[in-house]
Amino acid sequence: MIEFHLDRGSGVATYLQLVHQVRHALRLGALRPGDRLPTAKEVVAQLTINPNTVLKAYRELEREGLVVGRPGLGTFVERSLGETSMSDRVRLRAELVQWVRNGRQAGLDQEDMRALVATVLGDMFREEIA
Amino acid sequence: MTPALEATGLGMRYRRTWALRDCSVAVPSGRVAALVGPNGAGKTTLLHLAVGMLAPATGEVRVFGRPVRESMERIAFLAQSKPLYAGFRVEEMLRFGRELNPRWDGAAARRRLADLGIPLDRRVGRLSGGQRTQVALTVALAKRPDLLVLDEPLADLDPLARDDVMRGLMEAVAETGLTVLLSSHVVSELEGVCDWLVVVNGGRIQVSGDIDELVAGHRLLTGPAETADALAARMPVVSRGGAGRQATMLVRDATPPLDPRWTARPVNLEETVLAYLRAPDLAALPRPSLASAR
Repeated sequence: MIEFHLDRGSGVATYLQLVHQVRHALRLGALRPGDRLPTAKEVVAQLTINPNTVLKAYRELEREGLVVGRPGLGTFVERSLGETSMSDRVRLRAELVQWVRNGRQAGLDQEDMRALVATVLGDMFREEIA
Repeated sequence: MTPALEATGLGMRYRRTWALRDCSVAVPSGRVAALVGPNGAGKTTLLHLAVGMLAPATGEVRVFGRPVRESMERIAFLAQSKPLYAGFRVEEMLRFGRELNPRWDGAAARRRLADLGIPLDRRVGRLSGGQRTQVALTVALAKRPDLLVLDEPLADLDPLARDDVMRGLMEAVAETGLTVLLSSHVVSELEGVCDWLVVVNGGRIQVSGDIDELVAGHRLLTGPAETADALAARMPVVSRGGAGRQATMLVRDATPPLDPRWTARPVNLEETVLAYLRAPDLAALPRPSLASAR
């Protein structure tokens, strides 16, 4: 079972925080197909949030095909995430190392690069947030 | 779907001063709505009109599609003063509620108080502030309302009691699906708890709508001051700030700025609400079709 936590005031909608945490747990294998997600009431009792927010998060995960709601039983994990292969990860990491080297040669420091990465990630994944 | 609460053209005047003027607002069924605004903005007046305690000078209030005066048994109201009698025992408050309310659920009330560890033979005057609020909330929930209206329910509570009261309220929503409208002037407490926002400012409705949509629809932009005017001309600006060569703008626009010298970051509920309260002439109101959408 997953235990949710909240970063209040982060500007990320509460339902999206729950969605991200489920996705993260699926990637790490902390949640596997067949696992039950906590009921809205269980999440409410733990986090003091609006049950509608929990249901909205579960609807979003259901729309993505990650979980499925079974009336009267609960919401269950349908499939897992994070199927990236080891070789893909190694290759992507090498590309990133090269990019950081180029950045340093161009005079960027750590903070510049972080800001740049954050901006690009923000732009590319904007549809997820909006 | 019929809204739980719908006010149209609502106005209220005390002597020659308008406390509320031309207020039209809807809260969809099943929502937990926050009513926010500065002190004296008309929050309490709006709540009293919403539960039929006051008759409006202009306009009307409908609850689940019917005039509010015909829907009284579907509404519970928790006033800021927590209407409990200090000399009564908790048990007597429950008996009192049973006499007055046809839909009274005494068993649920007793269960709730037992879960909270509040003794039924304790006198109300000897309870802590948090416990008193819990008893008042228990009495309100025992009426099995479809619409629960609370005026500053957290105002005089310590942080732990606030969390306990809010959790109790959220659990009731999870169990019954009732619609909640609560007023507060502490916006930061509402994040994650409320999903609908109504901002009243200077006796008028300034913002009304789904909180996630509202917050996601705004951005804080930072960039070079000399290009700020050109950018501001292209989108609704809620607030402007910055110093020297750097400008910041909170805008009602979710698209990324085209000019690469400008960066955008998401805003939270409190920043958005404060920006609107500081700009009372700006409004963010839904199109009529959105008011009843879920």
